[in-house]
Amino acid sequence: MSHFLDRLKFFDKVKDTFAGGHGIVTNEDRGWEDAYRNRWRHDKVVRSTHGVNCTGGCSWKIFVKNGLVSFEMQQTDYPRTREDLPNHEPRGCQRGASFSWYLYSPHRIKHPMIRGRLLELYRAERKSGKDPVEAWAAIQADSKKRDKYVKVRGLGGFVRTDWQEVNEIIAAANIYTIKKWGPDRIYGFSPIPAMSMISYAAGARYLSLIGAACGSFYDWYCDLPAASPQTWGEQTDVPEAADWYNSTYLIITGANLPMTRTPDAHFATEVRYKGAKIVSMAPDYAEYVKFADLWMPVKQGTDAAAFLAMGHVALKEYFIERQEPYFVEYAQKYTDLPMQVILRSHDGAFVPDRNLRASDFDDLLGETNNPDWKTIVFDARTNSYVAPNGSVGFRWGEEGKWNLLPKNAANQEEIEAELSCIDKRDDVASVGFPHFQPGEPGLLYRNVPVRKLTLASGETVFVTSVFDLQIAQYGIDRGLGGKNVAKSYDDASVAYTPAWASKVTGVKAADIERTGREFAQNAAKTRGKSMIIMGAAINHWYHNDMQYRSIMNLLHMCGCVGQSGGGWAHYVGQEKLRPQAGWAPIAFATDWQRPPRHQNSTSYWYFHTDQWRYETIDADELLQPAAKGKYKGYKLADYNVAATRMGWLPSAPHFNRNPLELVAEAEKAGATDEAGIAKYIVDELKSGKLDVAFADPDAEENWPRNLFVWRANLIGTSAKGHEYFLKHLLGAQNGVLQEGGDGKGTKEVKWHEEAPVGKLDLMVDINFRLNSTGAYSDIILPTATWYEKNDLNTTDMHPFIHPLSEAVTPGWESKSDWQIFKTIAKTFSELSEKHLGVAKDVVALPMQHDSPFELAQPLGQVRDWKKGECEPVPGKTMPLLKVVERNFADTYKKYIALGPLMTKLGNNVKGLDWNTEQEYDELKKCNYTVQIPGVSFGMPSLEEDISVCDAVMRMAPETNGEVAHKSWSALSKKTGIDHHHLYAGRHEDKITFRDIQAQPRKIITAPTWSGIESETVSYTAGYTNIHEHIPFRTLTGRAHFYQDHEWFLDFGEGFCAYRPPIDMKAQNLIPDSVRRKPHLTLSWITPHSKWGIHSSYQDNLRMLSLFRGGPYVWVSEDDAKEIGLKDNDWIEAINANGATMARAVVSQRVPRGMALMYHAQEKTVNVPGSPSTGKRGGILNSVTRVIVKPTNMVGGYAQLAYSFNYYGTVGCQRDEMVVLHKIADQDIDWLERPLTAEREQQRNPVGIGAK
Amino acid sequence: MNAINFFFGVYPYIALSVFVIGSWIRYDNEQYTWKTDSSQLLSKSNMWIASNLFHVGILSIFAGHFAGLVLPHALWIGLGVSDLQHQWIAIVAGSVFGTMCLIGGAILWLRRMFNPRVRAAGRRMDAFILSWLMLTLVAGLSTLPVSIGHANHGDPGVMLALSGWVQSVLTFQPKPELLAAVEPVFRFHMVLGMTVFLLFPFTRLVHILTAPLTYVGRAYQIVRSKRRVKATASA
Repeated sequence: MSHFLDRLKFFDKVKDTFAGGHGIVTNEDRGWEDAYRNRWRHDKVVRSTHGVNCTGGCSWKIFVKNGLVSFEMQQTDYPRTREDLPNHEPRGCQRGASFSWYLYSPHRIKHPMIRGRLLELYRAERKSGKDPVEAWAAIQADSKKRDKYVKVRGLGGFVRTDWQEVNEIIAAANIYTIKKWGPDRIYGFSPIPAMSMISYAAGARYLSLIGAACGSFYDWYCDLPAASPQTWGEQTDVPEAADWYNSTYLIITGANLPMTRTPDAHFATEVRYKGAKIVSMAPDYAEYVKFADLWMPVKQGTDAAAFLAMGHVALKEYFIERQEPYFVEYAQKYTDLPMQVILRSHDGAFVPDRNLRASDFDDLLGETNNPDWKTIVFDARTNSYVAPNGSVGFRWGEEGKWNLLPKNAANQEEIEAELSCIDKRDDVASVGFPHFQPGEPGLLYRNVPVRKLTLASGETVFVTSVFDLQIAQYGIDRGLGGKNVAKSYDDASVAYTPAWASKVTGVKAADIERTGREFAQNAAKTRGKSMIIMGAAINHWYHNDMQYRSIMNLLHMCGCVGQSGGGWAHYVGQEKLRPQAGWAPIAFATDWQRPPRHQNSTSYWYFHTDQWRYETIDADELLQPAAKGKYKGYKLADYNVAATRMGWLPSAPHFNRNPLELVAEAEKAGATDEAGIAKYIVDELKSGKLDVAFADPDAEENWPRNLFVWRANLIGTSAKGHEYFLKHLLGAQNGVLQEGGDGKGTKEVKWHEEAPVGKLDLMVDINFRLNSTGAYSDIILPTATWYEKNDLNTTDMHPFIHPLSEAVTPGWESKSDWQIFKTIAKTFSELSEKHLGVAKDVVALPMQHDSPFELAQPLGQVRDWKKGECEPVPGKTMPLLKVVERNFADTYKKYIALGPLMTKLGNNVKGLDWNTEQEYDELKKCNYTVQIPGVSFGMPSLEEDISVCDAVMRMAPETNGEVAHKSWSALSKKTGIDHHHLYAGRHEDKITFRDIQAQPRKIITAPTWSGIESETVSYTAGYTNIHEHIPFRTLTGRAHFYQDHEWFLDFGEGFCAYRPPIDMKAQNLIPDSVRRKPHLTLSWITPHSKWGIHSSYQDNLRMLSLFRGGPYVWVSEDDAKEIGLKDNDWIEAINANGATMARAVVSQRVPRGMALMYHAQEKTVNVPGSPSTGKRGGILNSVTRVIVKPTNMVGGYAQLAYSFNYYGTVGCQRDEMVVLHKIADQDIDWLERPLTAEREQQRNPVGIGAK
Repeated sequence: MNAINFFFGVYPYIALSVFVIGSWIRYDNEQYTWKTDSSQLLSKSNMWIASNLFHVGILSIFAGHFAGLVLPHALWIGLGVSDLQHQWIAIVAGSVFGTMCLIGGAILWLRRMFNPRVRAAGRRMDAFILSWLMLTLVAGLSTLPVSIGHANHGDPGVMLALSGWVQSVLTFQPKPELLAAVEPVFRFHMVLGMTVFLLFPFTRLVHILTAPLTYVGRAYQIVRSKRRVKATASA
């Protein structure tokens, strides 16, 4: 009661002693302990997670006290792993533990915000009597009014408004754009649905209903390993982290596990206690090097050389010197190594050409269905050519033979696919293989054993196996004579020996040789438990597909893919949206209309931010000497235009006219159905009256007009060529330090002398913090944080589905993303009554992978209708043209209900169809039904966030055993194999949102994925391909060493070849003031950081306090010494693209010649002005520029066919070089001056261009 | 009521009451404010010399005042210390420790007023009480020339009057008239000093009352039982 009176008992407090007087026992008041108890007391604990792209997928306890979130702690209640595996928990890192700071931080967006000038303009128009759409139109029609708010993007001036008004403006802008330019001029960018599925779906659904385009992200982030679709026909499927514990030999390259897979890294350290060997490949002494047994300090961007050399050793010792039975069997059954390839004569010798097909035989080998799509092996048992089961021709138009059982498809008899004809050859041919090492010949000729064959065409050709070609291409001597094969591993003049690779990579030849041998030896002994963990550090390069194919080759040689503890493990972002099949219909509104508009963002931004105008890469230099070269003289941008017109890649906008107008015109001209409308459009294209939009991106009818960004930091992080975004897309102050012009000379793309600036009419950011993206937007809408909304989360790293939950109601005026887009849809619908009504739209859809249209263009030959090589036929030689009727006023009613196409057309994933009637009925009861009269009355409701979560889970095989049954049954029909044992134990399971709020749940094995959930085996990629004989979704049905498409052959990438990093040349153009000073020219490396929430959020006070409190760049000690740079000095990194300001972190762990700027540091905290540009210092991408690769554009050809985030141009940027120099403290300018009219007009750095 | 009667007959009791009751109330109800409020973390340069000089100085001054004014006169006589010896000890010790406290205190005061971090983090009361203590100290040091004058004339009368007054207050028989003959400089110092007691519970000075003296001799392990434990014979 009284502390003072208690103290009076001081002399009596000792009641007992113990341990010889060492200790005493007292009766003392212990009330002070309540202070600590109260600190951690809470009213409730709610399970949630973080909607970030870190792949952790960690479940967290959110503690709520007095209606506020007080702190968070890791959950430790994941479902059990097997007895022989470590637990998954605890999962959750320091970055995640700091998230609660954001909810109540000064940084939080609390109310709808709009740029003051825009609001003034809008209100003035409204006051004059115009309705919202008319008001918006008036502003857009007057360039002076438009400039007023466009020019000050990024310069502040935000004011508050209310939801009613801001939704009006957004809806008005959308309606105006749809009417005037077309719905495909509206774009939505949000990445990685898996981290918060409903929130992603919210925006995608609204945009898809109104006909806008959704932009891809996996390829844009350059996280898509283009080699995965090329090799397996799969976007990305990788083992869960627990499977590392099953491995016995690990190579880790380009994936910094402790930093970027923090909750999973323990599996790698734990497996060492089992005796597993770890080899780490990294140019710097990175965190994951610390626990390696061997460090290979490989020069950045050269990993492919090392892996090709390891492959050289593995092939030589396990296929040539002796035949390792497990490897040979694997190669025969699961790879394209036994597939037969025709050789083409070239320059007195030969080069590899296309695969042999059933159609090359007089009798088609009995294959009447799709003979062009069935590849051939030589059967050692019958000594004849046969078409085995499993190639893509068996996937469509017939059933039961699409499997990897080693059988002759014609009679289903067992075959033995011969790997090499060397012992039974007809001849030896000299074959040229493309080679790209500077200073060495462009074609390396090696001797290859061949057979002679007369084709159905009458032509007699040499034919050999991919294996025979591959052995030669690796430079292995088989005693056939000839040059360019190695006598020993020490022959440094021959590619790809370890000695050769040592020259290129800087790694000791002995280390490369030993690792290759050990890797193979381990795989031979364990049937494939050798694993390679890899990631962005090797994937962000222009030739990333070569890096990856070199690794995949090694893995396939050693039979590792599809075996638990073996195979590839590529980790980048949180790609794995496990209940994909249940989510996609909601996200893209395919429950109401099909198809939606999808766009590959890399190409989109390449054109719309005008980076194509600055292109320094000569596409001709990328070609190989033996190229057919039909497109010689084309620039990279031209290739992309050709790709869109041939139906390979999508484009947004589609054409240089409003698609609504096109249909209206077609109908006026007499078209009565989709075919008629398509014919009209084809005729317009042929006559040249209509063209694809990318052929003239700078014309105002082809500009993007409205952009929505949510759950993303486009401007502050992923915008490669950040300064070009600011200049051309946004019309803002920018730091571009060069005039455009290098990109001139395009054959397909129109060149305007002056590039447009400020293309976007409206940019809307939906955010809970004011980051760089928000700073440049016109409108910012306050969204709920991850502890304030209900949503779903899954990841690649573990097999559980778990929730985000609304622990407290969204703060201030914020709402969840689902509710935000719902209310926008409502306002849009109301205004549409008057302004849009009902209209028919035409969607140009590229030929999709996993559909019959992936068989559009046979034999890998390119036929371009514009060049007169064929007729333009939608779905065959040009995009499909699908008519979609849109009743715009019904948008809201459709948004809130699960539509009727789920029962009319059913559901589909990766080429499998099944009906959804039962689930639809169940959802009517689970979610109740829509009661609003109209088009959606009585349908399952999607009005509440939890209802949407339950709808996703009810419709997906991963979370509903009945759907697993239906989808596996559909696959069993195709493969002719009974797969039901894979899900049988969970047939009755249905997982609901309330279930996962109680505990994360393990997903059910589904045909969507190639790994399984089981009591005996961890999830690993390729498992069902190898063990259930389900084909890879490729041309041959097997994993590919070889790509026989014309463009691949032309660019020298039929086989994996070493291609060094390219020279972007941007480091050559720097101001004289910089050139005169001591400076460094460094490779610009942009990895993922430690002190950010997965590197996305570094503006968190706790994270800033843990490191330098602002942007930083790591440089090597020795390099720093050279220019007198000390730790924490200010530096500017600069090249032709722009400039970045940061503090230097000088470290001995960074090798010479390299600068590391960990990504996503923003330009909002402690970023001074750049002395060279005169503008605010930029972000890591201020010194980069995105480039596109023609082979990534190929389509209509089995695995090389488009699908959203599956294939397409990737946004690489790591080949860039910068010039780095010190800025003295006294020269730092924080630009804290008022905005004068002069400063406002000067949008470019002084001396650059008119605008 | 004249000034002397008030300041030396009533005011001491006001000051002491506020001191005792205020400290008690604060100890019972505001324990989280009861700390030293050390700002060494913000700026430690010069702290070693300044803080030690100040504290050794002021603790010694306190001990000296206590010994000289509160302990009975008879005790010193009994120990063989004559009044004049007592007077000279007081003067010398007061000069030495007073100067130490002044130097240390001055550094602390300048630091508190002009070091930007300390200023930003400090409370107004911290600055005020230090200023008040310095003022009191300077006033105290100003009495030295007078005392030296007394001692040179062999006259311990003022010293005796002062201690007589202190003891009269503490035995609840206040005799303010004893101070009629005492020089104003003494009286000024005394009023400032009594005000320190008055202000005490509202400042960081409360840390004095709970200096952890017993820590030096405490047991290595202390089990604070949650159950009421009965004393055992060995305790």
